[in-house]
Amino acid sequence: MNFDMGAYAVYIWPAYGVSALALIGATLWTLTAWRRAKARLAVLEKRTPAATKT
Amino acid sequence: MQFLFRYANPHEFMRLSGAVLPFTAVATALCLGVGLYLGFSVPPDYQQGTTITLLFIHVPADVVAELAYGAIALCSLLSLVWRHPLADTAARAAAPFGALFTALGLVTGSLWGKPMWGTYWVLDARLTSFLLLLFLYLGYMALWNAVEDETRAARAAAILALVGVVNIPIIKFSVDWWSTLHQGESIVSGKVAPVYLWPLLIMMLGYVLLFLTLWMVRIRTAILERRARNLMQAG
Repeated sequence: MNFDMGAYAVYIWPAYGVSALALIGATLWTLTAWRRAKARLAVLEKRTPAATKT
Repeated sequence: MQFLFRYANPHEFMRLSGAVLPFTAVATALCLGVGLYLGFSVPPDYQQGTTITLLFIHVPADVVAELAYGAIALCSLLSLVWRHPLADTAARAAAPFGALFTALGLVTGSLWGKPMWGTYWVLDARLTSFLLLLFLYLGYMALWNAVEDETRAARAAAILALVGVVNIPIIKFSVDWWSTLHQGESIVSGKVAPVYLWPLLIMMLGYVLLFLTLWMVRIRTAILERRARNLMQAG
């Protein structure tokens, strides 16, 4: 592997950095929302045992 | 159609996506890992130098940006014609990812454009139609949030998505129809050297898998949120 991007490093690394941040951020955001929705539903289902599922 | 309806009800979707997700998640990580490894092992291009490595994150982002729009348009059609509730949920869930990948395509493209073309931005047909795609995504999401009644919001958003679909072939063929600064199609026509083609294809697959994985989780989240809402109303 070669990480020496020469004179173009100032364009290449920001592009990789922004992409990595955005994609990792999107993954974390998606997982957090999923866990939150799951926890909330669990609380509600406990409160109303005869859960009506849609 | 029968097949689609069988698997497109929320219960079946939860079951099926739950079974598929671990595999798509692992495949995503594998593709991105191998893709990055190969991508950073290529020799500099004789014209583009080391900026060729930008190809491996630019093209995949663009592909997913258009794919996500196609997915939204298809779901919108299913929703308008067959009134399928999961279709609306799926369409809405794909939008933020579509917008994100579009933005990434624009940012990585402009960081490639500066050293290669001498400019970050130019009003050329490909770049402009791609910027329009970002606005379409933003407008689509704004419309969903602006209309309070969910059924009406879904209908309006679906119509917007279907009208906007005309932009997809414009993006695709812009480089043929107009004299653009953006280069023409080179992957399908075999103009990319194999040493660059493989990392590009693997990264592309990784990006597509990532989108599919996140999209599925997002739809699952929306289904649970709806269940919670229904429970709140019942209780």
